[in-house]
Amino acid sequence: MGLRFDLLLFTIALLSVPVLSDLILSRVDRRIDLTSQVVRTTSTLKVENAGSDLVSEVLLAFPDSQAKHLAYLSASSTEGKGKAKGSAVSFPVEIVHPKGMPPALTFYSVSLPKGLGKGDSLTLDVLVVFKGALQPFPEKITQADIQLVVFYETAYYLSPYAVKVQSLSVKLPDARIESFTKIENTKIHGSEIKYGPYENLPPFSYSPIVVHFEANQPFAIAQELVREIEISHWGNVQVTEHYNLVHGGAQSKGEFSRLDFQARPHVRGASAIRHLVAKLPPRVHSIYYRDEIGNISTSNLWGDHKKTEMVIEPRYPMFGGWRTAFTIGYSLPLQDFLFQSDGKRYVNISFGSPVNEVVIDTLIVKVVLPEGSADISVSAPFPVKQGQETKFSHLDLVGRPVVVLEKTNVVPEHNQHFQVYYKFSSLSMLTEPLMLISGFFFLFVTCIVYMHADLSISKSSPSYLAKLQWDEVQAAVQQVRNIINRCLMIHDKLEASLRDLSRTGDVQACKSARKAFDGLLKDLSKDLKPLLASLQTSPQAAQILPKVEELVGKERDLQERMMAKHSTVVDSYEKKSSGREIENRVALQQQKITALRQEVDDLLDLIDEI
Amino acid sequence: MAASETSKETILRYAFGNVLSFFILVLIGVLAFSIRLFSVIKYESVIHEFDPYFNYRVTQYLTKNGIYDFWNWFDDRTWYPLGRVIGGTVYPGLTLTAGTIWWLLSSLNIPLSVETVCVFTAPIFSAFASWATYLLTKEVKGAGAGLMAAALLAMVPSYISRSVAGSYDNEAVAIFALIFTFYLYIKTLNTGSLFYATLNAIAYFYMVCSWGGYTFIINLIPMHVLLCIVTVMTSEHFASFLVFIIIHVVALVYYIKGILSPKMFKVAVTFVVSIGVVVCGAVLAVLIALVASSPTKGWSGRSLSLLDPTYASKYIPIIASVSEHQPPTWPSYFMDINVLAFLVPAGIIACFSPLSDASSFVILYIVTSVYFSGVMVRLMLVLAPAACIMSGIALSAAFDVFTRSIKFQLPGATENSERDAGETSSNSVVAQNDVAKTEKNEDAVKERPSKKNRKKEKEKENVEKPSVKSQIKKKLLILPLEASIIAIFLLVLLGAFYVVHCVWAAAEAYSAPSIVLTSHSQDGLHVFDDFREAYAWLSHNTEVDDKVASWWDYGYQTTAMANRTVIVDNNTWNNTHIATVGTAMSSPEKAAWEIFNSLDVKYVLVVFGGLVGYPSDDINKFLWMVRIGGGVFPHIKEPDYLRDGQYRIDSQATPTMLNCLMYKLSYYRFVETDGKAFDRVRRTEIGKKYFKLTHFEEVFTTHHWMVRIYKLKPPKNRIRGRAKKSKSKASSTTGTKRIGTKKKNPWH
Repeated sequence: MGLRFDLLLFTIALLSVPVLSDLILSRVDRRIDLTSQVVRTTSTLKVENAGSDLVSEVLLAFPDSQAKHLAYLSASSTEGKGKAKGSAVSFPVEIVHPKGMPPALTFYSVSLPKGLGKGDSLTLDVLVVFKGALQPFPEKITQADIQLVVFYETAYYLSPYAVKVQSLSVKLPDARIESFTKIENTKIHGSEIKYGPYENLPPFSYSPIVVHFEANQPFAIAQELVREIEISHWGNVQVTEHYNLVHGGAQSKGEFSRLDFQARPHVRGASAIRHLVAKLPPRVHSIYYRDEIGNISTSNLWGDHKKTEMVIEPRYPMFGGWRTAFTIGYSLPLQDFLFQSDGKRYVNISFGSPVNEVVIDTLIVKVVLPEGSADISVSAPFPVKQGQETKFSHLDLVGRPVVVLEKTNVVPEHNQHFQVYYKFSSLSMLTEPLMLISGFFFLFVTCIVYMHADLSISKSSPSYLAKLQWDEVQAAVQQVRNIINRCLMIHDKLEASLRDLSRTGDVQACKSARKAFDGLLKDLSKDLKPLLASLQTSPQAAQILPKVEELVGKERDLQERMMAKHSTVVDSYEKKSSGREIENRVALQQQKITALRQEVDDLLDLIDEI
Repeated sequence: MAASETSKETILRYAFGNVLSFFILVLIGVLAFSIRLFSVIKYESVIHEFDPYFNYRVTQYLTKNGIYDFWNWFDDRTWYPLGRVIGGTVYPGLTLTAGTIWWLLSSLNIPLSVETVCVFTAPIFSAFASWATYLLTKEVKGAGAGLMAAALLAMVPSYISRSVAGSYDNEAVAIFALIFTFYLYIKTLNTGSLFYATLNAIAYFYMVCSWGGYTFIINLIPMHVLLCIVTVMTSEHFASFLVFIIIHVVALVYYIKGILSPKMFKVAVTFVVSIGVVVCGAVLAVLIALVASSPTKGWSGRSLSLLDPTYASKYIPIIASVSEHQPPTWPSYFMDINVLAFLVPAGIIACFSPLSDASSFVILYIVTSVYFSGVMVRLMLVLAPAACIMSGIALSAAFDVFTRSIKFQLPGATENSERDAGETSSNSVVAQNDVAKTEKNEDAVKERPSKKNRKKEKEKENVEKPSVKSQIKKKLLILPLEASIIAIFLLVLLGAFYVVHCVWAAAEAYSAPSIVLTSHSQDGLHVFDDFREAYAWLSHNTEVDDKVASWWDYGYQTTAMANRTVIVDNNTWNNTHIATVGTAMSSPEKAAWEIFNSLDVKYVLVVFGGLVGYPSDDINKFLWMVRIGGGVFPHIKEPDYLRDGQYRIDSQATPTMLNCLMYKLSYYRFVETDGKAFDRVRRTEIGKKYFKLTHFEEVFTTHHWMVRIYKLKPPKNRIRGRAKKSKSKASSTTGTKRIGTKKKNPWH
């Protein structure tokens, strides 16, 4: 009641102020839509110029108590009349502070570019959107209570001009109406309250009305929404939206019973936010919905070629005053949002949130342009605060320029496209792949260099020299072993030739083979000499040398015996001795050969282990 | 000419072998990494379970505030009102590792969140661990066994259970550190290189930083050293050291003898000996006194339960209450190491022929870890690498024998063919056979030549030697061709079974993050995300400084996800504090309210599975609360909560049980869901169905009722009640009132 009384005083104060202009509003029709949490007032004003001067601006007045909720204001006019309505022309609107006006009023001026001549008239459509103008009353409710809100308005159109005829209709949601102010000419049709018509009211007429009604629609308010739009010229626009959501309706008090909520969801917890619908552009992909502790599994997605709808459900139903925070992200095809004009590229993308039920206290839109973008400018359909940042991401060297746009009190009407113009050379796209390629290239080159380089710190240190010598010794020993192995192989071949001999009796062939092998063996023993000499000189070989020498000795012994056996056998064949006789003659030699062979093999193993 | 060709061929073959084993190792790494991603694919990239949330929170703090702040971090959001010195009580290895990785990535401007880094730390380190296993086994038994062991370790279920993506726990990096330390130890032993010894010390330091299991290394390595000394296998090293010490002692004695007169020397000797005996005796006495004076005889509870498996269940309920501290059952061996359990004995036998320092070490490792795993199911993790190494050695040896048997009996590669003139061709056949077989049979040949290759030595006709030699030497080991083929087939089958089991275990058994549960029903997958629902609610809808009381299991998660101060958490360092919470949960409502109020608690969180059948809820853990509470506060007696020794919550339950806070908070208004109050976990109707809460109010219950949060009602109401009472009864005191409530308390 106190508030109403204040308003009354205020009205009286207003009425004492003189009229300032010659304009007359011949007809005002206002429709107030209270079915959602934002209040949309559509006014049709028929403006007449009753004076003699050309008038180029029309003033719209709002009491400060309303003006602080004002989020969006647009004035337009449709040319032509009746069925031949042309396209709407919207006029620029700005806030003004005219002199001599009563206090506690905020004025917006609609500039008419053509002006309004004497006697001319103009029909002006004014759309005003208020955010947070519905106040919950009572302010705290329990889970079982319904949510009631009050709405304050004036029954008479508040204007600095005289109004001839006016009417007002208030559209309410289909629910209970607790109370509303009844003055003359008040009618109610279902969920619509009608005030008026009222005629010939002087400027600044004011008659406060209050509507108190049930509103169970969710009061989802994003206290802060940060939208990050990252442009990648590889064909992707990545949008990430961080919501900080609160239920702005009547505060919940007392218990929250899940049981009641599940059993009678529309009675117990009627005003809770269960889900929100995000209307995403078509061809959206890679959508996610999460918060800082992980994915939120309660979401649903469907779509066709025109749009994609995502139903997102917060982790818990949100009652009045409850908060939550989450992030949604999605990718869009670049060609739908990036265009080119006059050598410049521009991004054309929507400003507001894709969730239409949400109003936003502070909206920050960040457009991250590719690294190397220059000459950046922004064109937005309404005033926004602009800034610039740099963001480092994915192997950036100088960082990506970020255009930061900030706007408070954002309502779905702000969901319009804005443009960011910039210059970008396609060659810059190749920087990062080239960096990666060269990075890996150098990595491998370093590896190769490392494998081939000798990284010993001191080339003259004893341990290093010893290591070198040891390597040499090992190499020499290896060669010795190879030679011995080849000798042994030749022995095997000699044996084989003897076997051939016993089979075929071809003595000549056997002899020639013997000659060839003799030559080979001689070569090998020649090869062996320098190796042994080098081993003898090397101090590192002291440990291994005796074994090697023993090996060489044994092998030579073996070789001699082998030759002796071979000669004996060949001789016997030449003498045409019998097989048994040969065997007897060779038997002793054969035994020794086998024993020696065994020793040589053992020595080889031994050296191998050392 | 022929000779040079063969030598080229062999060099190529060894190079090919090296490249092949390199690629196999890379693939093993990829396998180890990717088999652990089931949790990310089936669920999401999220931190799992309880302890990882603490580590995650610490890592976040580290990346945000830097290492010095981390070092000096006093955490006042846990163990309220005591707090916890985090910097001084954590193993910082894991945190610093992940922090370094994150720092490295972000300094390269790769925008990965700390969470992502934490989630993938474990899989990355399992790849490292399998490479370390390769190195270790290679030192013991050659490259073939190494590859086999690495492949086995990459997918051993026991290790997977602790290192799936998201399981961001100390074990994730510690197992790598453990194996790598062992590898460096053996490498040092084999080479005697100071370089490896230094690396070994550093790796050991890292291990100590990472996990309490370092005590295993600190005991195992000295044990092995002792074993080496006893068996004098490394005689040239240890004997020389011993002699070195003895010579010095003798020299000292002679020196003293020289400067003193014989008489004085005798006196000095008796003096030194008697002083020594006295000092030793004193030290011994002090030690005994110290040990005897402490109740646990100088051992921590966990170590004692290692020596005596029944210790914890007898004396320390808080250790026994953790399921991973229980002894494992036989099926869990089969589940966790599968066929390896059967291969280990064969591996041990293979290690004995011949017994070297390295192989004696792994034998010691497997023997001790088998014992420890038998005591605590958690230590199965230490057994797993040992089992993998042993099985790798066993499989590799088996493949070696069988493939060699086949090779020598294949037509074209027999001795007869070698007598023919075309030797090179027969050799190449052998070579091709060698390569064509699985990578495992290349081991014996590959390792030795690989060294030579690196030195770029010209070797000629080296192939001749092994073939000639092996003919003579290894003929004894040749088995019948058919038997070998069948045996190889069976081994491959065994391996396949192992792989199938591991993949199943990774996909089904060990990938659940435990904070998100899923169930399959007729209408598809159902997700239970109640824990995060509750934590998110707490984090957004309570005051920043509110204290939340819950059983300690949920402490880490509450601090990490809800960012609220908790009374107790999974660190369980203060038994009394936990007992206080346990007492409150097992007390009647009013007493509980008083305890909680004295702790500044504003919200009480309970986990309740009765509606959806989630078995590990607080009612099932409740007896531990009673036991732990009763251990400190004797007025809580376990028998009061049991009916004839049975724990029940149905109509047969004791009045104490039906009136305790936990029962009330869990079942508050539960009866209204189905009218009968049927608990799906306990499979019974609850005992007391209709009751009201006087000191608590329900503020939040999650979608499936799995988490219920209650708020302590402000004391205002109570005072008004008291005022009314004092009006009616002017002389009534609080003392009489308490008696009055106590009389009221017992049910009926």
